Amino acid sequence: MKAPPFAYAAPSTIAEALALLAAHEDAKVLAGGQSLMPALNLRLAAPSVLVDINGIAELSEVSLTPTELRLGALVRHKRIGTDAAIAGAVPLLGLACPHIAHGPIRSRGTIGGSLSHADPAAEWPAVCLAADAVMEIRGPAGPRHVPAEAFSLGVFTTALRPGELLAAIRFPVARGRAGFAEVARRHGDFAMVGAAVTVELGPDGRCADARVVLFGASDRPIRRRAAEERLRGQAPGAALLREAASLAAEGLDPPSDLHASAEYRRRVAPVMVRRALADALSLPEARLAA
Amino acid sequence: MNAPFTGQPLIRAEDIAHLTGRARFVDDIRPEGCLHAVIARSPFAHARLLGVNTASVEGLPGVVGVITAADFAELPAEIPIRLAPLAGFETFLQRPMAADRVRFVGEAVAVIVATSRFAAEDAAERLEVAYEPLDPVVTYDAARAGASLLFPAAGTNIATRYTAGMGDADAAFARADLVIERHMTAHRHTALPLETRGLIAHQEADGILRCWGSTKVTQWNRRALAVMLGRPEHSMDLIEVDVGGGFGAKGEFYPEDFLIPFAALRFGAPVKWIEDRREHLLTTNHSREMEATVAMAFARDGTMLGVRARISADMGAYVRTNGGVVPAKAAQFVAGPYRIRDIALEVEALLTNKTPVGTLRGPGRYEAHFFRERLIDLAAGQLGLDPAEIRRRNLLRPTDMPWSIGKLVPYEPASSIDSSDVPAAFDAALDALGYDALRDEVRKPRPDGRLHGIGLACFVESSGAGPSETARVELREDGGLRLISGVSTQGQGHKTVLAQVAGDVFGGAVPMDAIELRNGTASLIEGGFGTYHSRAVVVGGSAIHLAGQTLRAKLLRAAAARLQLRAEDLTLREGGLWREGGTQPIASMAELHAWMREAGEAPDATETFRPEGRTYTCGAHAAHVAVDTETGQVEVLRYVATEDVGKAINPLLIHGQAIGAAVQGIGATFLDELVYDADGQLLTGSLADYLVATATCFPNIETITLENAPSTLNPLGAKGAGEGGVVACAAAIANAIADALKPLGVEINHLPLGPDRLLRLIPETPA
Ligand SMILES: Cc1cc2nc3c(=O)[nH]c(=O)nc-3n(C[C@H](O)[C@H](O)[C@H](O)COP(=O)(O)OP(=O)(O)OC[C@H]3O[C@@H](n4cnc5c(N)ncnc54)[C@H](O)[C@@H]3O)c2cc1C
Repeated sequence: MKAPPFAYAAPSTIAEALALLAAHEDAKVLAGGQSLMPALNLRLAAPSVLVDINGIAELSEVSLTPTELRLGALVRHKRIGTDAAIAGAVPLLGLACPHIAHGPIRSRGTIGGSLSHADPAAEWPAVCLAADAVMEIRGPAGPRHVPAEAFSLGVFTTALRPGELLAAIRFPVARGRAGFAEVARRHGDFAMVGAAVTVELGPDGRCADARVVLFGASDRPIRRRAAEERLRGQAPGAALLREAASLAAEGLDPPSDLHASAEYRRRVAPVMVRRALADALSLPEARLAA
Repeated sequence: MNAPFTGQPLIRAEDIAHLTGRARFVDDIRPEGCLHAVIARSPFAHARLLGVNTASVEGLPGVVGVITAADFAELPAEIPIRLAPLAGFETFLQRPMAADRVRFVGEAVAVIVATSRFAAEDAAERLEVAYEPLDPVVTYDAARAGASLLFPAAGTNIATRYTAGMGDADAAFARADLVIERHMTAHRHTALPLETRGLIAHQEADGILRCWGSTKVTQWNRRALAVMLGRPEHSMDLIEVDVGGGFGAKGEFYPEDFLIPFAALRFGAPVKWIEDRREHLLTTNHSREMEATVAMAFARDGTMLGVRARISADMGAYVRTNGGVVPAKAAQFVAGPYRIRDIALEVEALLTNKTPVGTLRGPGRYEAHFFRERLIDLAAGQLGLDPAEIRRRNLLRPTDMPWSIGKLVPYEPASSIDSSDVPAAFDAALDALGYDALRDEVRKPRPDGRLHGIGLACFVESSGAGPSETARVELREDGGLRLISGVSTQGQGHKTVLAQVAGDVFGGAVPMDAIELRNGTASLIEGGFGTYHSRAVVVGGSAIHLAGQTLRAKLLRAAAARLQLRAEDLTLREGGLWREGGTQPIASMAELHAWMREAGEAPDATETFRPEGRTYTCGAHAAHVAVDTETGQVEVLRYVATEDVGKAINPLLIHGQAIGAAVQGIGATFLDELVYDADGQLLTGSLADYLVATATCFPNIETITLENAPSTLNPLGAKGAGEGGVVACAAAIANAIADALKPLGVEINHLPLGPDRLLRLIPETPA
């Protein structure tokens, strides 16, 4: 389990990084290395050049305005989970972070790396979708912005084009409540299936808006619009959450793997949605099976 | 600290080195000019090996050479059986490298030796090997049917079959009011020590071929290597360095234990091979995969009348050094610590195109106790008895000792449980759990909706196998002691425990920190059998005890002669040599050493301890779990494990052994699983897929060590203490989950108990 030979470059600006990516067609960006290095050592990947972006200071920046949180692609999982201002602005980030791997991996792994890697069971892509985030991409053709839903395209597949770099992720500061639930074999393992939800309550106490996202249930995180629709305009209650949860599971065609069959995921997906909603809306009775 | 040292929870003398990075594991050894070996392995489960094109890698950067089976075709290099030879096994032994047929994914087809590990791996990727795939044999049925044969010349995939028994099972079943019979399975998993296998071999300038690594049975392995290489034993040595865990799997004689020394001789340089984790999962012994149909006969009052078991074990592709231990021990222990006199067993060992199996902490016991304890709970349900009560009515009692368990193992003589107090061990577990109160408590509805359950399991476990151990105890010139033992160490803490044993023989005259242990290297002392079957302290410790006593008598005799006193009037205790009733020591231990020198006497003694039989520990496990019926996830809220170890020489180390064993056993029950697909490909080839318990998974484990039944078979009264924590885990956890899910009519007959399996068993309710 030793990596095949590769060249190594450590640019200090985004422009240099883009030049390197342009010059070497099969170059790979190295961020936290927590997915890439195992792939190299298992010889599942053999890029000719690693472009280490850890020296590009601006990629680690965090900025917060009253309406927007902007996380540089290199911001580590650990910072996201421990910086109260970040979780204050987008609570889903704080709720999801403890479920990602273990301390040492969270200290190195980056949000941009997780999004670019695009594991269908990863937390950040689902959180970005539920929190309505937008990806800030830099590439040879200039910068562009891609909403989360158009960014995750499938297993290990994103909208990033050759030579492009994910530079930052922009989140609208949350106005509502959030809930997060997942099942994993052990704490810190990738989820078998999970749900990330956001709900905005109107002045009348009814759901003004909701986003319901499942992950680990498809080849990418997916919004469950029928469930969102069911919630909209309704007063939250256990029965409503059950209905929304059932709708969220309709039409699912989840994958099977060693740890969970498709049947398992189909059965547990609505449970995760119900529990995430119950937590978001502080309705503990809705956590229980009917 | 003062003597007696035995019984004190002393911290491990070995810890300082380990915790400060000063331990020396095999990969820490970096001989000058060392070459690195990488083993090219079969990607097919079953195929004809048509050829290895060594020219495809010769000349690549860094490559020094390639070895294939043809290079040692004339050597008698079959890996012999060390334990549990059963009739028929001799046909299915493994040679270190495939010659014309590969029989499992991961079987070695070539060794590439290069100047760096990187270069060797680069070359391995480019090695051309031609195969012609054959039908893989992956299931029990396919193995029995024999449409595809692993060894065509043998004409069968059935490595052995035998029956055994005692009493009259037919009569017992005929008399029964209730018979419970189930088809059950235990799953394939493995030991997974933190440190993988590894080896450095080098023929040094003195002509001695030395191998450094983890070899739990160094003397046996050296003997095997001598035969295979065709050179005398004294021309080689196996040197055990610090070892990061073994759990039964590491240190057996594996193909690499031949290939790496062979490569070192061939290329005239030190050669290092460190197993990577993928290789470890593919090639280090697997264990525990078996199916069984087990039946128990009961009287209406719950009395256990008899047991029948038909056990088929999946041995993988070859019979390795551990022979038939796994199936034979599963069969032997199926009756457990109960007063069952009528037993009928049928055992079958099947070959399949999977990694060969060997022992894993509590081999066969983990499986057997699972089978039986499940049936006992089912019987209790049908007879309307409490699970604790039905067990209590049948447990062996102290007055039953010694209890004959008959001759249930073809390659062993009849055996008896030497001593036990199982009811006390069982009660200790129930008390610790608060069983009576919890029994009602678990049925109450919970705010989080989870269902709770309690699982109980009792076990018996053997330890302290012979034939013997030899030890030498030497008085050092500074008054310290040097212990030389033929047992080896894989991290258990023998340095501490064996020093406690020796220290007490000298009454504390030698302080603990002045007692050193030398062990684990083949050439140290004749008559060492190594470390397995929880025998190092029981047998090796007894040998040290005897040698210490002989040396003590020798010292007192010499001192008496010099002082013109009677030896009976002298004694050794803290401070050194004392006259009985004296107020201060007459001489320090260092002075005693000087006296011996002056008298021209060697200040040492060597003794051999030969146990008359095995020691048996007994105990019980009790689990309290909560099951999330919507996700199939289980939380172990409390877990209590008791074991009567006869004599606890170091309660702290036993506690560590028991907790570690329980985590390993509970983890195995939920997580560890080696999964093969229909083509015989291992799907769990990394730690992302093969899940192992980590420190945070099962935090609520309590263990209780009892000393009610000292062994009658050794001077220490000791019994093994390394495996009782693991052997009843599947049983207790499965019973607890079944108890929780009883309202849903769920039965548990198959392992492991991951969420997917459990959810399939739980009827679906609307979201
Ligand atoms: C034991 C273990 C458990 C884990 N458990 C989880 C878990 O439960 N949940 C979870 O979500 N993750 C988990 N991970 C993965 C972890 O979160 C990784 O950190 C993450 O997937 C990748 O981030 P990274 O910064 O390490 O990226 P790297 O490994 O450096 O890169 C990953 C991929 O993304 C590309 N890339 C990285 N950054 C950029 C960028 N800015 N622009 C373009 N391409 C880029 C790389 O070229 C590479 O292809 C686990 C990892 C391990 C080792």
